Amino acid sequence: MPIAYMERTRQRYAQYLPYRWALNHEAPWTPLPKPLGDCRVALLGSGGFYLPHQPPFHEGDASYRLIPKDTDLATLRIYHHAYRDDDADRDPNCVFPLDRLREFEAAGVIGALADSAISFLTLYSARREVEERAPGIVAELRALGAEAAVLVPV
Amino acid sequence: MGLIAREIERAGIPTLCLSSAWDVTFAVRPPRAVFVNFPLNHEAGKAGEAPLQRRILLDAFRAFEALWAPGQLLTLPHVWDPADRSWEEFDYGPGQVGYGVGQSVQEGYEERRLRRAGPP
Repeated sequence: MPIAYMERTRQRYAQYLPYRWALNHEAPWTPLPKPLGDCRVALLGSGGFYLPHQPPFHEGDASYRLIPKDTDLATLRIYHHAYRDDDADRDPNCVFPLDRLREFEAAGVIGALADSAISFLTLYSARREVEERAPGIVAELRALGAEAAVLVPV
Repeated sequence: MGLIAREIERAGIPTLCLSSAWDVTFAVRPPRAVFVNFPLNHEAGKAGEAPLQRRILLDAFRAFEALWAPGQLLTLPHVWDPADRSWEEFDYGPGQVGYGVGQSVQEGYEERRLRRAGPP
């Protein structure tokens, strides 16, 4: 059964004002233009992964990092304010499945894997997420020629 | 994550979101999502279990065919542990400690904790 994570969040942060979750009644829609086996697919993850030579993330950070598709996941670092990242540390694929997508590319399950994956960590502010982070990510995906995007949260 | 997916989809690129928080995802309403009823932070499968990760992603990809209208949420059949559902009682509940909570604002905390930092 699904867990009431909104309620657990209220309990967990009971000393603060209740978090106001985004609530949408409609969603945009773009059909997949062709079979996935012909599409260039990009991976996005909100686990706060970055490479040693990149600036670390920080609290309230609306930026993102490009992770080249051939990156050895063992070299990734993690910055995140609040997630249980022991498993993600042991095997980033459980929230950032770059190895699996590389295999899918080799097997033809997807047409191609975009040259970079995109990593960030989610903000508390829905407004900043949409206004500050999303435009840059959309531009990166266009530059990467992505025809579909797979997003994995933590 | 769903908010970003909505903006990407709005820009003309189809998206697929994995989720383990059904209530949050239902509220945010990304264009296309699959629900994996695993403890948070394992949306793409268990650590070190590549075949399971592969299976979950392949099943998730079916959403590109199965979901035909915006905002639909497909539930995947995977079960964390058929013999033990006790994790559902406490996952992310009060008292459960995530790495770094309350301390991660310290410079370099996460890196030290996760032994991913280079030489000091």
